[in-house]
Amino acid sequence: MDILRFATAGSVDDGKSTLIGRLLFDSKAIFEDQLEAVERTSRDRGTEYTDLSLLTDGLRAEREQGITIDVAYRYFATPRRKFIIADTPGHIQYTRNMVTGASTADLAIILIDARKGVLEQSRRHAFLTTLLRVPHLVLAVNKMDLVDYSEERFEEIREEFTAFASKLNAPDLTFIPISALLGDNVVSRSENMPWYNGSSLLHHLENVHIASDRNLVDVRFPVQYVIRPQRATDPALHDYRGYAGQVAGGVLKPGDEVMHLPSGLSTRIASIDTYDGPVEEAFPPMSVTLRLEDDIDISRGDMICRPNNQPHAAQELEAMVCWMTDASKLGPRTKLTIKHTTRTARALVRDLHYRLDVNTLHRDEGAQSLGLNEIGRVSLRVTQPLFVDDYARNRLTGGFILVDEFTNNTVGAGMIVDAR
Amino acid sequence: MLQRDYTTSQLDVLEAEAIHIMREVAAEFERPCLLFSGGKDSIVMLRIAEKAFWPAPIPFPLMHVDTGHNFPEVIEFRDRRVEELGARLVVASVQDSIDAGRVVEETGRRASRNRLQTTTLLDAIEEHEFDAVFGGARRDEEKARAKERVFSFRDDFGQWDPKNQRPELWNLYNAKIRKGEHIRVFPLSNWTELDIWDYIRREGIEIPSIYFAHTRKVFERDGMLLADNPWITRGDDEPVFEAVVRYRTVGDATCTGAVQSSAATVEEIIEEIAATRITERGATRADDRASEAAMEDRKREGYF
Repeated sequence: MDILRFATAGSVDDGKSTLIGRLLFDSKAIFEDQLEAVERTSRDRGTEYTDLSLLTDGLRAEREQGITIDVAYRYFATPRRKFIIADTPGHIQYTRNMVTGASTADLAIILIDARKGVLEQSRRHAFLTTLLRVPHLVLAVNKMDLVDYSEERFEEIREEFTAFASKLNAPDLTFIPISALLGDNVVSRSENMPWYNGSSLLHHLENVHIASDRNLVDVRFPVQYVIRPQRATDPALHDYRGYAGQVAGGVLKPGDEVMHLPSGLSTRIASIDTYDGPVEEAFPPMSVTLRLEDDIDISRGDMICRPNNQPHAAQELEAMVCWMTDASKLGPRTKLTIKHTTRTARALVRDLHYRLDVNTLHRDEGAQSLGLNEIGRVSLRVTQPLFVDDYARNRLTGGFILVDEFTNNTVGAGMIVDAR
Repeated sequence: MLQRDYTTSQLDVLEAEAIHIMREVAAEFERPCLLFSGGKDSIVMLRIAEKAFWPAPIPFPLMHVDTGHNFPEVIEFRDRRVEELGARLVVASVQDSIDAGRVVEETGRRASRNRLQTTTLLDAIEEHEFDAVFGGARRDEEKARAKERVFSFRDDFGQWDPKNQRPELWNLYNAKIRKGEHIRVFPLSNWTELDIWDYIRREGIEIPSIYFAHTRKVFERDGMLLADNPWITRGDDEPVFEAVVRYRTVGDATCTGAVQSSAATVEEIIEEIAATRITERGATRADDRASEAAMEDRKREGYF
């Protein structure tokens, strides 16, 4: 059994909470005491139906205002897979939450109301999903029961969205007609839509192939921590020196020739160690400890790669940045702390090329700054080289966060483009 | 050539993520500590810590916030495990906080030291100058926890502000704090109760005996079975009887309920949990029943 992480985007009106509620309920991930609490609260408020959004809206402020503020993580499992849902609010003022939820997602579900069709917010959700390089996208055309399960309506929406998605470089795209309220095509195939030959939503989630979405080609091992036991009681460990980290790309094997950055020195992998014994290969997302054949001065923030396949050692970065705070703005000369893989440096914004309208994809080249929830193309200079790849090639070596040097808050998320 | 399948099992993914989080903390903070209660989640967390730094010892101390209302089996287990690892254990005692006048003992039938733990915990963090504190909380436990970050920022009053949390993207964690502030770190955020038990089975991890079915003197309150013990005030309408029970969670003995169960092995526990229809906290924690936002309110104040 493996794990699929997926993000859901949409508003309560699209039936997102109903859909999540149904997935959780039908997979027995909602428990009686949780359901009772939700039913009690729904009754107290005079709601006629059981408001399943109360299951995910966990904070007092959210329940009071009837909105989702933050990303909520939900868990369920079927015999085939464990699922982690990042349930993100759909409104434009919560773009940063959707970016956060999408950053780790293998798949995103975008909900569309069959009566309303492709709205501005559907396009925004699709854009953000592709910007964050979520590998699989599902368009769940919901409320099919309210359009008489019309194949024609479904095809109209499919055509309109496909035309838009072609501009986005959208990845694997799947359309599923559903009724979250009545359960059509959610867990099992609906008899109300005999014209639909595809999978139910859950069947799709259980079977979509994700193992090859990770980059298994370019070896990238950001050194996270140096393990040196030096236990006086165990002389065998006296010379032990292991480089611990989580594999960010490629497949490493003992005996492989590897290169250390920034030194550029080459050596071979002596062994790949874990608590449970040495392993024959390591690949994402494994956390392992490498021992190398030669003594090289290696510390946290360094990178291990292959001599003939290196990331770019860059002090000038081009990136798409999503700004995540209303306490300040990003503009030319803004100074920030940047964290990329295991390396932290200082960064200076050299230029803001344009601000992107996330609804129309229009580029505003006259923009002077980025405010909360705004996304733009930015040039940065950093104080020491970062070992980067294009975000499109590797989300882990292409993504970074920006931290405010005074408040220490995480204020930006960046995705590297045109690495060189 | 046959394509190798690089599918990774759910427990391996969760373990790799938790190890990454632990190493990140060890690399970026000066004085981390790991909360170890002898409960199943902290036992799993401790095993992950062993794995993360092996063959070196765990590079931080353990801390137990001791309400004084303990199950003796759990304390015996805690001490044995600490000795096996050669770890350093800090015990922060609620009784000491009461004796020092930092908190006042609750009285009456529902008196519990649950809430008092927060002061003891925060005082200990301050005294030892801990800047990162590992906790075993999981997001599937409770709806306020479902919104909490892996690196959860606490101000210099130890408070959590759920509306002002740092965004957390990819596997990048922001460890920046000022002196006096700290980060609560939850490496098991994405684990479910069933994942914990599957892992305990796979790894062959020892757990305290009270998790397995045993005969115990209990009484019923609010639909929960509480152990009859010297710290709890029992009413005449709450008769004691013997039952075969086990614990799904381990907390303060005055507010942690047992469930009727005959599960005597880890396999039987997994079967039982897979079939159960009530959450572990709903079944066994009086502390969460105070109100719909009971956990959120306690967390804001600095609770685990």
